[in-house]
Amino acid sequence: MGIEVQHIYKSFNNYNALQDVSLKVNDGELIALLGPSGSGKTTLLRIIAGLEVPDLCEESKILFHGKDVAKQRVAERQVGFVFQHYALFKHMSVFENIAFGLKVRPRATRPSKAEIQHRVNELLRLIQLDGFGNRLPSQLSGGQRQRVALARALAIAPKVLLLDEPFGALDAKVRQGLRAWLRRLHEELHMTTILVTHDQEEALEVADKIVVMNQAKIEQVGAPEEVFHRPANEFVMDFLGHVNVFHGRVENGRARLTDIGSKLTWNREAFGNAVYVRPHELEIDRVAGDDGIRGTVRRINLAGTCAKVVVASSSGNEVVAEISFERFHELGLQRGETVFVSAKRARVFTPDYEI
Amino acid sequence: MSVENKHGIQDPLWVQWTLITITIGFVAIFLALPVAIIFAEALKDGLKTYAIALKDPAAWSAIHLTLLVTAISVPVNTVFGLAASWAIAKFEFKGKSLLLTLIDIPFAVSPVISGFIYVLLFGLQGWFGQTLSDWGFKVIFAVPGIVLVTIFVTFPFVARELIPLMQEQGNDEEQAAISLGAKGWQTFFYVTLPNIRWGLLYGVILCNARAMGEFGAVSVVSGSIRGKTATLPLHVEVLYNGFNVPAAFAMASLLALVGLLTLALKTYLEWKVKQQRRELALVNE
Repeated sequence: MGIEVQHIYKSFNNYNALQDVSLKVNDGELIALLGPSGSGKTTLLRIIAGLEVPDLCEESKILFHGKDVAKQRVAERQVGFVFQHYALFKHMSVFENIAFGLKVRPRATRPSKAEIQHRVNELLRLIQLDGFGNRLPSQLSGGQRQRVALARALAIAPKVLLLDEPFGALDAKVRQGLRAWLRRLHEELHMTTILVTHDQEEALEVADKIVVMNQAKIEQVGAPEEVFHRPANEFVMDFLGHVNVFHGRVENGRARLTDIGSKLTWNREAFGNAVYVRPHELEIDRVAGDDGIRGTVRRINLAGTCAKVVVASSSGNEVVAEISFERFHELGLQRGETVFVSAKRARVFTPDYEI
Repeated sequence: MSVENKHGIQDPLWVQWTLITITIGFVAIFLALPVAIIFAEALKDGLKTYAIALKDPAAWSAIHLTLLVTAISVPVNTVFGLAASWAIAKFEFKGKSLLLTLIDIPFAVSPVISGFIYVLLFGLQGWFGQTLSDWGFKVIFAVPGIVLVTIFVTFPFVARELIPLMQEQGNDEEQAAISLGAKGWQTFFYVTLPNIRWGLLYGVILCNARAMGEFGAVSVVSGSIRGKTATLPLHVEVLYNGFNVPAAFAMASLLALVGLLTLALKTYLEWKVKQQRRELALVNE
């Protein structure tokens, strides 16, 4: 089921959580709302679920499959909601937790005991917790609890799955495993899913589409590779991974980096006063080319999939470059050596007000 | 090394023992001894005293009235306590801290004064007394007055116990229940109530003990009419003033027994509540 929200505003006291937010989610898509804390992503999710009411505004709309559900309550919207801290019913067993949504149905639509039993067992198998039905939530690990919470949400056969930082409270290792599992599950169920996260890696890995949010607004919507390689602005660039910022001016297609008295090629007409380069887009050389910044190797980190080299310019600014191990060994870099850093690729963003 | 460390953070032994001795001595003389004397006096002539004391129809009337007053005021304050703690713990609204302070009034004000307030309101010379009397209602020197002041005095017990518990638990589980399609009453009975059941029972028991034992406020509004408006504590006073000391002690021992049972139950429930909090902490980890 496709979801569309239009012109949503929400403020708490004097704090703006959402300001004129519009978003479209296609049927069967898994999208991630990504942003720092306080960017409004959880509020947007809760408004879609019906757990929060948007500010009154004539243009505001919440459409499920083209139908306005703004007046419907949570239960009527048939959403499966998974909370960050699981929110499992502590005094109920895993089985009772999952069965809850079926048991509270009015008698007319309530499945029989045997049907409930069957459905819960099916879900226990889906979350790979067969035989855990009699345990209490307190007897499970964090990852297991979150899987139970997911099964409980799926039990009511929701039309949409809404996940509020579902792996936020788990260790890195467990999170990794659950991410891959969630992706596989999505491929199996093809249910429209919205995932809220502040972890860019999680969003890039799991989602079909990423919605980057900041300060109550959507900054960019796009496929993972799109937001990563073609960020719409400085914020998106900075939020999706490490980035080196060179301050200076762009003149005749060349960036004059005032702070280090050096230059960096930029072969396009552009405005602005900062140049953004990702670590893997930097190159290190022992000899000075046409361009490049002169600096000293300050730190080398080889623990990872590539060599991370921190180079300090004469003014003390640090630049992080990621080069392949082959290149690293070819150069035979040592701490304290003088090198030249140049960019294969760089970005300049045009501030909105100059358009 | 470890010995030195211990000395570094602990008070000297003589300070410890002096404090422990003072505390135990104080508790023994001022708290345990009177309770022991009540039972010793009551049982001096064996159970015979009880038989005589209980032959008095006024004693039965007092027991009856005390149970009646408790049976009304405890449920009323349980419902109120649930509503108030729900409102305070789960909603945000203006005047919340003022409401919290107001709930504590009965703890801060002397029971005798609360009794007088009700006389002032509902007594024949009071604000509503004449009107109520014209309609045929008698509040002061009658059962309704006793019930009213008992409700007033025992007002905070349940609410005070539940507010911190409910605040600690937040409303995640309720939201989950609602998102799964549970109705309001289902959410309350299946999710909220099981989570607070021990705390609630604890509050109810404290409320119950106070409702049965309240003297000050009740004595002001009841008029101590023997066989009519005398509750058990008032009946004890009447017996004592009438030099019927053995009977007074027998009846007092009944009240004391209720108190001791309450203490035992309270200790058990405190342990239960603590255990539940520990589980909660585990789940929230």
